[in-house]
Amino acid sequence: MRARRAGSLVAGVLLLVLAWLVLYPLILVLAEGVRGAEGWTLDHAREFIGRPTEIRALVNSLWISLASVALAALLGIPLAFLLARYDLPGGRVLGGLVALPAVLPPLVGVVAFLFLYGETGFIPLLLMWLFRLEDPPWRLEGAGAILLVHAYSMYVYFYLLVRASLVSLDASQLEAAASLGAGRWRTLRKVVLPHLKPALAGAALLTFMTALGSFSAPYVFGGGFRVMPTQIVATRLNGETQLAMIETASLAALALLALLLFRTGSTTVSGGRKGAGPAQVAIGGRFARLMAGVVGWGLAILLLLPHLTLVLVSFVPVGTWTTEPLPPAYTLHNYVALVEDPVRVRPLLNSLWLATVATVAAVAIALAGALVTARRSTAVRRSIEGLLALPWAVPGTVFAIALATAFSVHKPITGRFILVGTLWILPLAYLVRNLPITSRAIGAGVRALDPSLDEAAASLGAGRARTLRRVTLPLLRPALLAGASLAFVTAFGDFVTSIMLYTYDTRPISLEILSSLRQADVGVAAAYGVVLMLVSGAVFALGSGGQGRGGNAG
Amino acid sequence: MIPFLSVEGLSKRFDRTVAVDDVSLSLARGEMLALLGPSGSGKTTMLRLLAGFETPDAGRVVVEGEDVTAVEPVRRRFGMVFQHYALFPHLDAGQNVGFGLESLGIRGSDLAERVAKALALVDLAGLERRRVDQLSGGQQQRVALARALAPEPRVLLLDEPLSNLDPTLRERTRREIRDLIRRVGITTVLVTHEQDEAFDLGDRVAVLRGGKLEQVGTPDELYAAPANRFVGGFVGRSSVLPVKVIGPTEWGTRVDVEGVEWEIERPAGHPVMLPGPALLLVRPEALRIGDEQGAIVGTVTARRFTGPASYFTVLTASGATIEIMAPPAAVRAGERVAILPSRRAAGGLHLFPADEA
Repeated sequence: MRARRAGSLVAGVLLLVLAWLVLYPLILVLAEGVRGAEGWTLDHAREFIGRPTEIRALVNSLWISLASVALAALLGIPLAFLLARYDLPGGRVLGGLVALPAVLPPLVGVVAFLFLYGETGFIPLLLMWLFRLEDPPWRLEGAGAILLVHAYSMYVYFYLLVRASLVSLDASQLEAAASLGAGRWRTLRKVVLPHLKPALAGAALLTFMTALGSFSAPYVFGGGFRVMPTQIVATRLNGETQLAMIETASLAALALLALLLFRTGSTTVSGGRKGAGPAQVAIGGRFARLMAGVVGWGLAILLLLPHLTLVLVSFVPVGTWTTEPLPPAYTLHNYVALVEDPVRVRPLLNSLWLATVATVAAVAIALAGALVTARRSTAVRRSIEGLLALPWAVPGTVFAIALATAFSVHKPITGRFILVGTLWILPLAYLVRNLPITSRAIGAGVRALDPSLDEAAASLGAGRARTLRRVTLPLLRPALLAGASLAFVTAFGDFVTSIMLYTYDTRPISLEILSSLRQADVGVAAAYGVVLMLVSGAVFALGSGGQGRGGNAG
Repeated sequence: MIPFLSVEGLSKRFDRTVAVDDVSLSLARGEMLALLGPSGSGKTTMLRLLAGFETPDAGRVVVEGEDVTAVEPVRRRFGMVFQHYALFPHLDAGQNVGFGLESLGIRGSDLAERVAKALALVDLAGLERRRVDQLSGGQQQRVALARALAPEPRVLLLDEPLSNLDPTLRERTRREIRDLIRRVGITTVLVTHEQDEAFDLGDRVAVLRGGKLEQVGTPDELYAAPANRFVGGFVGRSSVLPVKVIGPTEWGTRVDVEGVEWEIERPAGHPVMLPGPALLLVRPEALRIGDEQGAIVGTVTARRFTGPASYFTVLTASGATIEIMAPPAAVRAGERVAILPSRRAAGGLHLFPADEA
């Protein structure tokens, strides 16, 4: 059939493009790492193993990631139980607020933390003022600072997944356990925890991978404490390119190994999803209710305090806030500068167009991938799905290095062009990084489509183009919006790939935040951060709003 | 007669399973054919082969003398009503019905007029702007029917048209569908696993099993003269008894049932059965209670009350169970009872070779 052949052609082209963009750069990094002056060499690998700093960075990465998982779980799981099980005053708003850090770019969180807990931050200044201290009570630096930021931004994974899982728990299972004489603890151990296992495993994996690839926090707070992503950047700055390749490969290997271990370790429990979720427990007694509300809202405020601080700092005029616990003066000037000063507008516009281009491309590729793989043989489908998901498993630093390696040479025959230093490397990098999240959202939408809708359209005489235009795309609108908003938000706030691939002309907001901080332009940095936060939040709300409205597809 | 729609030697296999195995059928213009079979019998694959959603490995589909086997569904002009209707959820009822008409290039007032006509045909006049999810299940089904019929297809295909409806709605809807299709006069193939539906809707019924066509005929023919034990058991109520063939008689076969001799009519064209073990298929209405010569004896184990008549389960001495129909108060559970073929039992007793699956 002609239609099927056309589909195979699209699948083939897609497979080729994905292999070129996703797999090829990674392979080149590996090859580069073992390339010597003539032929292959293991010298760089040997050097890597021989240097204590390298091994220490690798070990640091590993333990920081594991500790981040533990801390995020410690914060996120109780919060999920609290909000899913108990009817707190303002519980719905609270639930949304608590999930907020999920959509905020990591760098914004880091900067916000700096303003709140850093040496010249709000809290230390307050303490100094209160207790008449000469020096700040602590320095926000090293492993502790990194872990603090990680716990604060990654608890969301545990919170969201565990809460969703708790809500999906069939209430009649709890009732059955109770009627069989199981007490609260036994029910928790034998019924609730097994049900939560997939969510816990998923959240742990998500946190581990995010922490392993985390760059902003170690970069800003690490100081002498190096993890692999910051070590790679430092090595590259030292000009030891091939050692950096080995480092990159070792980080990628660690990530893939972790993924593999998690995959084999976590078995999914499939269970009846019928029935109503457990009803929220109303808290009896006015005092208990008050206490629960105070605890819940107190936690939420604590978690959102950094971002509130960011907003506050964005109104502070340059150089006016030194030792007072609260800024003495406020101004709108920082925001006005963002719009009026051409040098300051540039990063805003850059981030907008870079993210837009990357989003359009990611949505197009993800849509083509989802449609082509929807009804195809397993081998082709697995390859395309695997390539679409791969960038998720590889830390951003690794991909930045890989793309920088692949596209800094002009060898058209081997598929390599000079893109580094041009306008196009950043959209390309964002695109590759966005593919997993975008294609997951769009793929879910395509899989939810009833295949008989296509057949119905065909039997009513509609060709492929008309079916796509009149049936498939309108029904996919919520999924496309969701995928696009996720892609945009990630690209808009990206820091880790940008810092290695940007040029002065394409410098995005995140880098401008960094350079404003370096110039002690705290207010402007905060204003950029607030813009980043607001745009991300708005775009994300737009994407998830569409999902709610069109939820009756299929 | 030249058939309007014919299927010749159609076969389709998926991986290792044969879904449709060398099926040939033909329909006259305006005829309704029901494909009846248990799940996995290949009836849905048959329908999808007719619609063009599947390509056959062998065989042809011919409409009005035109071989459409290789014609894509888009150009085949076969209307289809899907089991779950497959209405476009983002379009309203009118846009759904107009979808196929737009494919034909019909626009503007013409389109509106024909949509209105199609909706009126299924008794949904004026509901053009109704959202699909605001329609009841029965209304959705009628929109699906109107949508399939609006472009005036050559053949109408219905996939389990009643399975998605409330049991209380089914009988009424069945009647409405039948009347509507008769009125439109369109050649129709429908798939069902419910014998009632097949008998009520089909002019003829094709019984499928394991991809093979077991028998095709009018409901009366299938009931009165099943081609084999499977068709006999699948169509209508029946019990199966192991018997021994003694030998042929003038107009039938003499068999040994539970130690007594019965004479079973041999349908025209059936071969003479050799002496030896065989299976006797018995309709409940073909037996009566009576303590006469030639009766077999058993114990009533259960009664199923259905109103004017009841079904009694009888356990024989050899351990076989037989279901018989009798007035509700004829006998009580636990009592011993003697049963024998009723005098007007023609078509109620069928003898099949024992080795037949």
